[in-house]
Amino acid sequence: MSDYDSIIIGAGHNGLVCAAYLARAGQRVLVLEAAAEPGGLAATREFHPGFRVSVAHTLHHFSRKIVQELGLTKHGYQPGELMNTTGLSADGQHVSIKGNLVKGVSSADAEAFSEYQAMLQKFAAALEPFWMKTMPRIGKNSLKEMLTFAQVGLKLRLLGADDMREFFRVASLPIRDLMDENYDSDILKAVLSWDAVIGSTQAPRSPNNTVLSMLYRMTGESGGAHAIPAGGMAGLVNALAAAAESQGVELRYGSPVKSIAVEGDENGQRATGVVLGDGERLTAERVISATDPKRTFFDLLGARHLEIEFTNRIRRLRTDGQVAKLHLALSGLPNFSGVDQPDGRLIIAPQMDSLEFAWDDAKFGRLPEQPALEVLIPSLREPGLAPTGQHVLSAHVMYVPRSLEGGWTETAKAELQGKVMQTLAQYAPGIEDLVLHAELLTPQDLEEQWKVTGGHWHHTELAMDQMLMMRPTYEAAQHSTPIPGLFICGAGCHPGGGVMGGPGHNAAGEILR
Amino acid sequence: MTAEEQSLRHATAPDPYADERLTLSPFHARQAALNIREAWSEWNGYRFADYYYDVEYEYFCIRNTVGTYDISPMQKYHVEGPDAEAMLDRMVTRDVTKLKEGRVTYVCWCTDTGRMIDDGTIFRLGPEKFMLTCGSPSLAWLKKARFGFDNLTITDMTDNIAGLSVQGPCSCATLKAMGLDGIDQLKPFNIAYFDFAGSQLMVSRTGFTGDLGYELWVEPQLALQMWDALYAAGENYGIQPYGEAATNMARLEAGFIMPDMEFHEALKTVHLNHDQSPFELNLGWLVDFKKPHFNGRRALLEERERGPAYTLTKLDIEGNKVAEGSWIYADEGCSKHVGYVTSAMWSPAVKANIALAMIKTEHLKGELWAEIYYDKELRQYEKIARCTVADKPFWAPDRARATPPADA
Ligand SMILES: Cc1cc2nc3c(=O)[nH]c(=O)nc-3n(C[C@H](O)[C@H](O)[C@H](O)COP(=O)(O)OP(=O)(O)OC[C@H]3O[C@@H](n4cnc5c(N)ncnc54)[C@H](O)[C@@H]3O)c2cc1C
Repeated sequence: MSDYDSIIIGAGHNGLVCAAYLARAGQRVLVLEAAAEPGGLAATREFHPGFRVSVAHTLHHFSRKIVQELGLTKHGYQPGELMNTTGLSADGQHVSIKGNLVKGVSSADAEAFSEYQAMLQKFAAALEPFWMKTMPRIGKNSLKEMLTFAQVGLKLRLLGADDMREFFRVASLPIRDLMDENYDSDILKAVLSWDAVIGSTQAPRSPNNTVLSMLYRMTGESGGAHAIPAGGMAGLVNALAAAAESQGVELRYGSPVKSIAVEGDENGQRATGVVLGDGERLTAERVISATDPKRTFFDLLGARHLEIEFTNRIRRLRTDGQVAKLHLALSGLPNFSGVDQPDGRLIIAPQMDSLEFAWDDAKFGRLPEQPALEVLIPSLREPGLAPTGQHVLSAHVMYVPRSLEGGWTETAKAELQGKVMQTLAQYAPGIEDLVLHAELLTPQDLEEQWKVTGGHWHHTELAMDQMLMMRPTYEAAQHSTPIPGLFICGAGCHPGGGVMGGPGHNAAGEILR
Repeated sequence: MTAEEQSLRHATAPDPYADERLTLSPFHARQAALNIREAWSEWNGYRFADYYYDVEYEYFCIRNTVGTYDISPMQKYHVEGPDAEAMLDRMVTRDVTKLKEGRVTYVCWCTDTGRMIDDGTIFRLGPEKFMLTCGSPSLAWLKKARFGFDNLTITDMTDNIAGLSVQGPCSCATLKAMGLDGIDQLKPFNIAYFDFAGSQLMVSRTGFTGDLGYELWVEPQLALQMWDALYAAGENYGIQPYGEAATNMARLEAGFIMPDMEFHEALKTVHLNHDQSPFELNLGWLVDFKKPHFNGRRALLEERERGPAYTLTKLDIEGNKVAEGSWIYADEGCSKHVGYVTSAMWSPAVKANIALAMIKTEHLKGELWAEIYYDKELRQYEKIARCTVADKPFWAPDRARATPPADA
């Protein structure tokens, strides 16, 4: 008999969600995590004595269904208060968004904003059935699978003809066009574009699916607003780990899996367990990888066990991340000019073109001349993240190429850090004097330390060609893989990345079917 | 410019079509001299003889004496390194791990969905060195197939190896006369090496005619010298080059498949199911399910359970009207269409009207009728002829397998 019913590789939030559901259904589940703590990209760790931070720093669409079904509240999860988003302007004329209201723009823009938000929220709600369900297979559909489509079709139909037509029009629109149609304020446009493009290899003018990505981020009750849960991101991660353990899941940290064990005979191949870094072998009825597709299929399994065309499809997945992360340990609270309390999301992209130009640099492998930033001071929301009176600053930096021309040398990193600090100092004069320690994580650092190919936000690009029943590719889009006994449940699966839980939830559903 | 200067200039100007002209085989100088009909076509960018003198004559050389066929345009790849065996074993349907050094095996390879990309042969030249040969360029597929096998190199050797097939009942005697001592001991699908002109000549007992025959592999610089030695040795046997047309006759009698006739390469097929699987091509014996993994295994397993939609079938057709392009019916009234002929000929060797046909598998056991159209002096005629399924190759003489061959 196998040691476990299921072995899950990776205790990112998706691995934990999947583990908890499987154990809840009676399975003996082991989760093996390379890092010393759970959470993956959402893990909270000390980056300077007394200062803690997580790479993913806000929640905006973590599934309520999962919270309820896994009883996360009982395990300490408390969604945080929704945050404002402020678009910083060099002259202090900031644009501030709270729910469906916006301040700092013309009354025409303000009015348009409420209507626009309501419309997008309607669309996001119509798409809701898509995210928490396994996608149908192309060609071979069961009735149940067809129902997923039928449900979305029905929801879209219920929007009414006009809204439905509008939905189809905007879903594949470059976000830039949607912004230009609706607003005058350049800062507002840039701020609203942020959630459409962050984490992708797309900028406001890129055609593809930026609007759809935004709608994905807007699902759930927060309507797209971000929050930090009580206890910081660790509040969620710890609740997930506790929920999993309370169902009997065994969690092992500091246990990197070296390879997925495959046995083969005249009946074909089968994944039978894993081999750990120290050579230990563990067996299971199935192995579920919560790591990214390339790592799963190439590094852990080995392409030789796969078929050639499937291999080629995984190989060409676009996995280069474009977001770097800056963490600052600060001796005090920085003063952002014109901002009373910097306890929301501060976006530094003073023009629509700031994003586009930063992308133009990055897409040719260069550092952005003017990086665009999403800045957060999580310690204002969760004081435990820094010593009393001191603070943590966490910033997403766009666009930063995974493959920098000349490579990520120390000089290149220092240059990027200099640019980011310079940008910050424009809006928060004197911030450099508060810095006790700075940590810059390039996509390459994220790849190496967080074990995510390309350091990609979504494990693999979330774009039309890699979405829905094409995510990560057909023959693996329903969580099973060409290798019997091997499943995948990370952000590289439908619906995608972000701390959302859909992939882990859907994978468990598929395995328990 | 004077007219003379102009014409001189024209003559010395660089050829604007240089890159597009057909490559000349290392044997071209000799073959061109013997191609008295100037019957040239093309194969893989090489100028290639359709025939040299007369198709039937060349065919009879293969069956009765000895003929040579230029296989230099065949694609040849060296796959070398610690991962070479595993890489090829995953790519093809046969078990390459069982292939011993000094042996050759016939293989095919498929897409993930079990549709045939190409067939060819694998030579095991050393513990970690293989040569793969096939009819059309496969480098793009090999590059995809090698991903995940880091310790190997793939080298396209097509232009670096001259290949000449020597086929027919007198082939062994000819090679012996050429000085290849011990050639008569070479078993089918084995490889031997001989010293030649200070270098090495590789000989495999392989071919595409179903007859006694060998294939000679040598560096291109020695091609003409080898040709001369071979032709001097074969003179008394009436050695004669043969082209594509005679090959096509011989291979059909042997029951071998030809690309673009029996199968359409899967990677070049646009329409759904217009390609074929090994089972459809009656090559199920090449598919080794004892191997835990190879490309297309899952799909082929399903197909084996389900049974192939079509089966390539050898037909012996009554009468002497060649069933070229005929449709096959389950009844004499031609009301139930069940297949189509892929290749057909009157076989001089077996004195029979033979064909290969793709027939819907479920109809194999029943009656089969070919609807044959033929013409006589521009007048069109039709004939419905009864077909009998043949289980064995039409032409498979003992000498093809005997070691040493009888007349050596
Ligand atoms: C810079 C950046 C900022 C982001 N910010 C946000 C944000 O603010 N809000 C948001 O919602 N999303 C954000 N995201 C996206 C989000 O963090 C990810 O999409 C999400 O965390 C992915 O979760 P996961 O569980 O699928 O995978 P991961 O969190 O990547 O977890 C995979 C786990 O597998 C482990 N692992 C890998 N290989 C092995 C092995 N061989 N053996 C054992 N364990 C292994 C890893 O250590 C890791 O713990 C951000 C992403 C990036 C890159």
